[in-house]
Amino acid sequence: MKKLEVKQATKIFGKSPKRGLELLKKGLSKQAIKEKTDLNVGVAGATFNVESNEIFVIMGLSGSGKSTLVRLLNRLINPTSGTILIDGEDITRMNAEQLRTVRRKKISMVFQGFALFPHRTVLDNTLFGLEIQGVDKEERKERARQALIRVGLKGYEDSFPDQLSGGMQQRVGLARALASDTDILLMDEAFSALDPLIRKEMQDQLLDLQSDMQKTIVFITHDLDEALRIGDRIALMKDGQIVQIGSPEDILMNPANEYVEHFVEDVDLSKVITAGHIMTRAEAMTCDRGARVALQLMNDNGISSIFAVDRNKKLLGVVDADDAAAASKSGTPLREIVQEVKPVQVDTHLSDLFEDISKSTIPLAVVDEQGRLRGLVRRAAIIHALAGNTAFTKAEEVQNV
Amino acid sequence: MNETFLPKIPIGHWADLLIQFITDHFEGFFGYIASGIQSFVDSLVWIFALMTPIVFILICVAIAFWRRGIGVALFTLIGLVLIYDLGYWAHAMQTFALVLTSVVLSILIGFPLGILAGINKTFHRIMTPILDFMQTMPSFVYLIPAIFLFGTGMPPGVVATIVFAMPPTIRMTGLGIRQVPSDLIEASDAFGSTTWQKLFKVQIPIAAPTVMAGVNQSIMLSLSMVVVASLVGAPGLGADVYLAVTSLRTDIGVEAGLAIVIIAIMLDRISQNTRNKKTGES
Repeated sequence: MKKLEVKQATKIFGKSPKRGLELLKKGLSKQAIKEKTDLNVGVAGATFNVESNEIFVIMGLSGSGKSTLVRLLNRLINPTSGTILIDGEDITRMNAEQLRTVRRKKISMVFQGFALFPHRTVLDNTLFGLEIQGVDKEERKERARQALIRVGLKGYEDSFPDQLSGGMQQRVGLARALASDTDILLMDEAFSALDPLIRKEMQDQLLDLQSDMQKTIVFITHDLDEALRIGDRIALMKDGQIVQIGSPEDILMNPANEYVEHFVEDVDLSKVITAGHIMTRAEAMTCDRGARVALQLMNDNGISSIFAVDRNKKLLGVVDADDAAAASKSGTPLREIVQEVKPVQVDTHLSDLFEDISKSTIPLAVVDEQGRLRGLVRRAAIIHALAGNTAFTKAEEVQNV
Repeated sequence: MNETFLPKIPIGHWADLLIQFITDHFEGFFGYIASGIQSFVDSLVWIFALMTPIVFILICVAIAFWRRGIGVALFTLIGLVLIYDLGYWAHAMQTFALVLTSVVLSILIGFPLGILAGINKTFHRIMTPILDFMQTMPSFVYLIPAIFLFGTGMPPGVVATIVFAMPPTIRMTGLGIRQVPSDLIEASDAFGSTTWQKLFKVQIPIAAPTVMAGVNQSIMLSLSMVVVASLVGAPGLGADVYLAVTSLRTDIGVEAGLAIVIIAIMLDRISQNTRNKKTGES
């Protein structure tokens, strides 16, 4: 379901933004317009949808317009043109009263510099949104306490923001946004001000919270690793325009243009690509078949072992060709010669596969959460994914020229 | 002088006409204000008298202790007892009432104006030169129209004091509001605050230390006006100093002057901006 639809959203800063719109229509770039007039194009024709329960990352370098774009979504900055629909309602046409209701009930925000109120305790910061809405005093305190527990800040209710570390302060910022219980969460470079270890911890916590709470999150960042780590989909921005929208893998494997290629060329692929991306179809047989059938299947496919599964495709183990040959002579049931294997999950990153694959003589079995066999990963596939990626070869060529 | 290439622009005459016009048409209105101020000051003096010096001193010491601690409390105790001992208690109470009235009115008028100047850029631009004018025009000059409009005694003294002492409250309030970090304003807006909610829950609380610094300055400027106010007949320590100057009495001059200094330091320390103890910052 579409939670947020943005169509041709444009923001031009300056005295006569209408003129800028015309110049944009004529196809002039941000720089050209800046040179010609005093106008500064913040966002130009941004169009995208955000689905319910999705983490949508808007990423770009500073000055790319990403912070402006996120502020258009709750109209902290009024768009010059375009429409922004939240649950099908166009917020650009709303009056102040309607807009306030949307901000109170549907969309909350976490800020880069935390933006905590220094004169309020952690609890009073957290309940701010509820207080503004006029929620009953005891209820808002209770809801704020719950939000603080969620972010792991139980016991800090009466502290003041400046008594907390950066990471803890941003947890308060997050709790404040969660307390309002809005469907949509805007996070403007929420973790950028934190040091790397804390940042990673916060990312993990956000992912945990998300699997629990199922919010629709629009996350702004300039950090590609962060975008790849937490984004279900990523929009890449440059000079106020969205250059590419896609899943992290899309962006890495099929960059839309040189800019994106250049952007992603230093990414550690092993931390992005998962077993699910590179697995191939696995030959498998159910255990109630005989050893002879197993041998036959291995012969047909030119393999020396085959995975054994039960009727529900749940992985039982692997059957070796030699064992199968012996078993077919002696008439041992197949079940007795199945050797256990250590499978990997579909979403395991390549970086976590290296050790397993180096120890294993056979391809790794890939299973889903229910333990069902989904495919297998060969050594060659890993190496291929890390090295033989056409998009990246192109990027190098571009650089060499 | 008749050879000037420009005829004299009769600014002084215009000012004269303006005051004449106002006294002719709004005399009743200003009369009400004057009697209002007079009765406010009178009731303060009456309350102070009712309290008796001992109670008054104890209250001041308690406030000083609560605001700043033992040092200022001790100073307040010794200072006020000294004033009493020197025999200036009644006049000190009059001065106290004058300053308190001026400061209360300065805050009542200045705080809203300051907020408006903090929020509205146009108002800020209009207000700035007016405030400059109010502060740089020699304070004696205010006395002349004040006499016409409010007669003699306490009321013109209070009005002249307000005109001179109010600008810091307006300026610092505006500054405090403008200095609220923009991301806090954004946060307030993002959660759906109305303008009033934003003002009372975010802007004013965060501006409070700066506003207090302005109020502190207003108090100090009010005290510096007590001698000037005595020129139009405002009673109190200022009148003693004025008398000392005109009759060349060093003793009265030093004693009354010392009393003013004691009150000034006491009020300054008590009203000085102290950081919120709870946040533990100094």
